[in-house]
Amino acid sequence: MALLLEQLLNGVQLGVTLFLLAAGLTLVFGIMGVINLAHGSLYMIGAFAAAWVAAQTGSVLLALLGGLAAAAVVGMAIEFVVLRRLYARDHLDQVLATFGLILFFNQGMVILFGRQPLFVALPEFLSGAVEVLPGVPYPVYRLLIIACGLLVALGLWLLIQRTRIGMLVRAGATHREMVRALGVDIRLLYTLVFGLGALLAGFAGIMAGPVYSVNVGMGEQILILTFVVVVIGGVGSIRGAMYGALLVGIVDTLLRAYVPGLLRGVMDASQADMLGAGLASMGVYLLMALVLLLKPRGLFPAHA
Amino acid sequence: MTASITRRGVLAAGTALAAAPLAAPAIAQGAPLRIGVITTLSGPGGYLGADARDALLLAAEMNDGRLGGVPVQFVVEDDALRPAQGKQIAERFIRNERIRLFTGVIFSNVLGAVVPDVLDGNGIYVSCNAGPSNFAGRECHRNYFVVSWQNDNLHESAGALANIMGYRRVFILAPNYQAGRDALTGFKRLFQGTVTNEVYTRLDQTDYAAEMAQIRAARPDAVYHFHPGGLGIAFIRQYAQAGLLGTIPQVLPAPSMDVGTLAAVGDAAEGIDLSSHWNSDFDNEENRRFVEAFRRRYNRIPTFYAQQAYDTALAIGAALRGAGGTVDNTEAFRTAMLRADFRSTRGSFRFGPNQHPIQDWYALKVERVGGQLALVTKRKILENHGDAYAAQCRL
Repeated sequence: MALLLEQLLNGVQLGVTLFLLAAGLTLVFGIMGVINLAHGSLYMIGAFAAAWVAAQTGSVLLALLGGLAAAAVVGMAIEFVVLRRLYARDHLDQVLATFGLILFFNQGMVILFGRQPLFVALPEFLSGAVEVLPGVPYPVYRLLIIACGLLVALGLWLLIQRTRIGMLVRAGATHREMVRALGVDIRLLYTLVFGLGALLAGFAGIMAGPVYSVNVGMGEQILILTFVVVVIGGVGSIRGAMYGALLVGIVDTLLRAYVPGLLRGVMDASQADMLGAGLASMGVYLLMALVLLLKPRGLFPAHA
Repeated sequence: MTASITRRGVLAAGTALAAAPLAAPAIAQGAPLRIGVITTLSGPGGYLGADARDALLLAAEMNDGRLGGVPVQFVVEDDALRPAQGKQIAERFIRNERIRLFTGVIFSNVLGAVVPDVLDGNGIYVSCNAGPSNFAGRECHRNYFVVSWQNDNLHESAGALANIMGYRRVFILAPNYQAGRDALTGFKRLFQGTVTNEVYTRLDQTDYAAEMAQIRAARPDAVYHFHPGGLGIAFIRQYAQAGLLGTIPQVLPAPSMDVGTLAAVGDAAEGIDLSSHWNSDFDNEENRRFVEAFRRRYNRIPTFYAQQAYDTALAIGAALRGAGGTVDNTEAFRTAMLRADFRSTRGSFRFGPNQHPIQDWYALKVERVGGQLALVTKRKILENHGDAYAAQCRL
């Protein structure tokens, strides 16, 4: 029971990390109609910038601010320099251009930081584990990730449901032409939305830095899972991204944890482990296929 | 959706380093012998291939652009850890560039795609890292040589180390691909205790929280895991954050704790035991020369990936010298290669009947040396160790 609880926490934590990435991706996708493959690069930039600032200054706060600023600034620059020219073009052009950006940023990071993974230290007060239940120690830092992710989700909800900017964002997602006709500077809105998405991706990268490995190409590793989340949740829907991310995080973690064990009951251990690992890694994609079959536009389509 | 580096960028970076000292002899004696280097330069495993490439270039550089007296040129390309991409590069190298001699592949799944094409094209492959079991036994080949180790060796030595440490119950993990399966097979071959759990992770996995929870629940004496490059960094960091570091010791094969991993993991690595065929502190003349030259040239400590590539360059040099400076006569090249007429940085080295190494294995430990964490050689654990597949190989 304690083990199941711990695995659920792990699933929520993975889901929350995915949410931070998926939220930006789904906004950009839904509102601007752009497929941004370079979203993972912004995640990488956030992680690298924070790791570098932390190594230079030793300050957690400065590292956080540095990482966020770098991701947001680079994000807005991408929108201003590259994507702005692509809104009217078809998706293939966008995919090609943003794939080019991946190569550009990866090679740029190799030139700036080299191929060696960077070291990221956790501050002392975050490095231990606490007992969430008697006998279930859980890393403090992972609890912090969960808390931050939920706070960001709440903040986004308030921003989108309760503010004027949020109203424009929602309107932009559903009635693009009407918003433009009412005299709203849609170009500025797009830059802001893209910057917000970049900020969230950078934040995910900063949070992931001390847990995962900070190296060139880290963004592409997690991007595929992020796309799965966006598709399951429904393109353009923040709410969908939240539920989709939690669903993917929990399903992925529980499958990895329990499928090999279940298979051991029916076959020899070594085979069960290998087959179980294979099944678990297919799990989220099967889930995506199932969702697409039953609800082709995702669980919470934004344009419903 | 993994990214790759443009071919031109890698070529430029790779050949720029090699080109300068090569220019003069190349003009004097016609075109240099070109050696195809297909390796992993991007993604979490990118620094492994970069170290191998840098060591190959260094070996030639230290000998005025020659190996075994023959001017050479390395043509380097990035496989991005994708077997299909490695295969395409191999085909192009063979057909368009007319390259006959290959090395560089880091990952066994890429090797599995590259080597058949090279051998079918009557080329020669000299492995500087991956040595998967499927090419070591019945499928061994006259033109396929491995200078590093047979994959299982890394893990057999870790199993032997676990015996020496007195661990009875060990939890073992590896990624679900050829080398990962070789790893768990290898570990179990020499380990005499019980394996409590056998877990396959994913080659693209970043989060190991589910595995940490299983480890805590199983309460083993020790954990053995094979996670090369970025995978190992993430795994060991999360191991420390899960609070397992102080309670359950780790016993690792060399790829899970190279000096790159050590730098990125930091204090969490202190006290970890591992097995390896080489370490930068080995006290022999060739090794001192290599480590010193590598540090001066690249300003970092070489990983064993670099050492193996350097040894591979020396082995190729010895074979070229014995074969009259060409690869046209593959039998002459083979005869010369199998003599292993070079001084290895690891000390004793010879080829077994399946053209894989017979060598010694050592226990290393992560310790503080002058305030800095470093890998320190402790003792020899296996002597003149060959591999389990040699008997099935008929050459």
